[in-house]
Amino acid sequence: MQIPESPRVQPERRRLVEILLGGGLVASVASFLYPVLRYLVPPAVPELGGDEVVAAKVGELKLNGSKIFRFGNRPGILILTAEGEYQALSATCTHLGCTVQFRSDLHEIWCACHNGLYDLNGRNISGPPPRPLEAFQVQVRGDEVVVRRKREA
Amino acid sequence: MGLLIRARDWLDERFSWAELIAPLREKTVPVHRLSYWYFLGGITLFLFIVQVCTGILLLLYYRPSADGAFESVQFIMTRVQFGWLVRSIHSWSANLMIFTALAHMFSVLFLRSYRKPRELTWVSGMLLLFLVLGFGFSGYLLPWNTLAFFATKVGTQIVGQVPLVGHWLMIFLRGGEDVTGATLTRFFGFHVAVLPGLATLLIALHLLLVQRLGISVPPRVERQWQIHPEQAREMKFFPSFFLRELMAWYIALGVLGALAALSPWGLGVKADPFSPAPAGIKPEWYFLFMFQTLKLIPARLWFVDGEVLGIFVFGLAGLIWLLLPFFDHLGQGRGRRLILGGGIFALAYMAAMTIYGYVAK
Amino acid sequence: MWRNRLLSGFPGPFLAVWFLAGVAYGQAPNTCVDCHSALDPPYQVTQEQFSHDIHAQKGLTCASCHGGDPSKADMDAMSKAAGFRGKIERQQVPSLCGRCHSDAAYMRQFNPSLRTDQYSQYLTSVHGKRLAKGDQKVAVCTDCHGLHDIRPPSDTRSGVHPLNVAQTCARCHADASYMKGYSIPTDQFADYSASVHHEALAVRGDLSAPTCSTCHGNHGAAPPGVGTVQNVCSTCHVFQAQLFESSPHKAAFQAASLPGCVVCHGNHRVSRTSDAMLGAGPQSVCLQCHIEGDPGHQVAGEMHQRLTALEVAITSGDQLLARAESSGMEVGQARLEQDQARDALIKARVTIHTSQVARVDEDVQGGLKIAAKAYQGGQNALAERNYRRKGLGLSLLTIVIVLIALFLMIRQIERKPS
Repeated sequence: MQIPESPRVQPERRRLVEILLGGGLVASVASFLYPVLRYLVPPAVPELGGDEVVAAKVGELKLNGSKIFRFGNRPGILILTAEGEYQALSATCTHLGCTVQFRSDLHEIWCACHNGLYDLNGRNISGPPPRPLEAFQVQVRGDEVVVRRKREA
Repeated sequence: MGLLIRARDWLDERFSWAELIAPLREKTVPVHRLSYWYFLGGITLFLFIVQVCTGILLLLYYRPSADGAFESVQFIMTRVQFGWLVRSIHSWSANLMIFTALAHMFSVLFLRSYRKPRELTWVSGMLLLFLVLGFGFSGYLLPWNTLAFFATKVGTQIVGQVPLVGHWLMIFLRGGEDVTGATLTRFFGFHVAVLPGLATLLIALHLLLVQRLGISVPPRVERQWQIHPEQAREMKFFPSFFLRELMAWYIALGVLGALAALSPWGLGVKADPFSPAPAGIKPEWYFLFMFQTLKLIPARLWFVDGEVLGIFVFGLAGLIWLLLPFFDHLGQGRGRRLILGGGIFALAYMAAMTIYGYVAK
Repeated sequence: MWRNRLLSGFPGPFLAVWFLAGVAYGQAPNTCVDCHSALDPPYQVTQEQFSHDIHAQKGLTCASCHGGDPSKADMDAMSKAAGFRGKIERQQVPSLCGRCHSDAAYMRQFNPSLRTDQYSQYLTSVHGKRLAKGDQKVAVCTDCHGLHDIRPPSDTRSGVHPLNVAQTCARCHADASYMKGYSIPTDQFADYSASVHHEALAVRGDLSAPTCSTCHGNHGAAPPGVGTVQNVCSTCHVFQAQLFESSPHKAAFQAASLPGCVVCHGNHRVSRTSDAMLGAGPQSVCLQCHIEGDPGHQVAGEMHQRLTALEVAITSGDQLLARAESSGMEVGQARLEQDQARDALIKARVTIHTSQVARVDEDVQGGLKIAAKAYQGGQNALAERNYRRKGLGLSLLTIVIVLIALFLMIRQIERKPS
């Protein structure tokens, strides 16, 4: 037996439900489309490039100067040596995790916590640190100094 | 409503599809105590559509290389407007879809809808299920985080244990001997091109068969209706069943939205191939029962390597499952009872092993 | 042809075995060990034991220290004519070892970078001085380095490997009955075992952490004096020592002949520091000298209060970020800032050694600024979360409307004609 399709219901009631359904559909579709349309608009910073970050602008560092920058979720240290070369390393001391600093008088990297010393290549040369600091690749692009993780071979 | 009718007529004048669509107006769906199970197939289809849409959106920002993938997903989650929503819906919908696909398969099995003449519908459906699992496996790697990396490593290594072709299969899947950026690119190709293409064809076939053959009625209900024809009930697909289907789809949409907003999918840590595998690594829940089984099989059984035996058993089980309808009419009801028993056993086994896999260290 | 016969056939392998045996034992026949391996302790020395000895591995024999002739059989090996010395008396041990180990030219042929001042250092040590006066109970070379199985200090099985030094010293220094008659305490090992230095060394495996010999010297072992113990600590804790130098405590301690560092931190039982050690609380070390009302007491209280303020700010930030994270928000930047704030707190905790509130305040204010930023980041994350939930609520509302409408429509369509 077939369930009849044509309603024997007041047209106004039918109308009301139709409007409710139509309105609800439009509203719900709008609530889905709104995030999608916002999504399609690219964000202000178009890239979170590979494993790289802009550490500084050219000219920001003086010769024999340094800067701590954010690399991923850990600090990194960017150094402009007296010879004018950039060097970027992890700034987390390999002993107990303190943040290291550049000593312009020693031309070495020093950890204030327990007097650990690293050379400018990150090698641990004195004091408690058991391992070298991880070194990063530095590239100067235009007026930006870009730091990226060293690629595996 | 009047607007819709006018639109329909306008399109019909230009597509001339009135005769093709006409049968759809007459299509009916049987109504009985177990009719609610009929919704599962449609929900799975709906979730697939959600996956395609969110997947295309993700494609706009995702980068399929080892040094870009993780960061691009992080970018989507943190910088793109509502990126977190699109990605979380994609991840949740994937899991939900696998669940509804399995539920759909089991409901078809227990309702015995696979009987003649619907055997090919079952076969195409099973192939779709395998594709869906393939989607899950390939998509899981794409964020390139630690869990995904090692899960893929373990999974492809198990494939490599298949006798004769295993090693070649593993190299084919991995794009090399090890899991590397090449694997990621390859899995990406599978996930967004190969599998969707195959799935579209199979879905079209599956739906066509369902359309042509109509909806099956469970045997007990069928017999009941043969005795008492006045009890047989059905509803028209348009609009009755369709409206109900729409309700189910909207409920699914609501559930997805709530899951995505209240429990966003995490990202973890970027994969580092040189670090050791984290202890107690497990695959996602839909592979867990197989993984747990392989863990429990002893290393050697007589002369056969334990893992190979496990793979063989699961392979055989999959093949039998694929061809299930053809065993149905064997030996006067014995085939049918075997299938029923097998179905109950499989369901119980999968559920128990999945729970065990979660609870075990 | 004759070579073929030599290499193939029986003589070849036989010679090879003999050759290898000779190499393995490092030298020609050793009758000392042949007999002494069968004796009971204390005369027992086995070949296996001696093979671990660094001297044996370098080609020295029993005769190198004890004299005699290891190639002779039986008692002839121990002939006075061959220079046999028998058991070396404790008094003689250091000078015997020093005969080689202080000879730079001799040691150069084995390891050119080994120090050769151990004996001269030993003579300056408490052990060396007492031994010279006839005290047989003090440590000589063999007590710490081992007797016939001396391993290099880098070997973890050596009694003088950094991980084992404390236990080696404790064999005497923690033995109350052995140390009776000496006027020094015997609780150093127990105290040291409860210290952070011991934890760093033994539990964390940080070989740079100090053990007994780090502060007391090894061969020239002596307690650092009251005026110099600070120098010992400052080899690692540079900053704290420098700040202390510029503080009012320096002059005051010197005048009272008090050792720097040790008064507040202890010498052996150097415990984990806490903010409670500062100020006026029950665990404060300041109260050892300062009383309520004196300026020092005031300063201590203020410094403590500053540290606590920063700590509280960081903790509340952590709690907020944890809440944000558990509801699925990404707070990496804020967490990084929290780490920077923690660094500032660590720095402030070092700056208290100046005993100047202004200096501490400088570091604390910097830290508070960063902590405030991190806290703001957490609040932004939670605000974003609430915005998402509102959006979800709105969307769910529209969905519910559609569901109700569909339900009504279905009912309408399927209503039976009246």
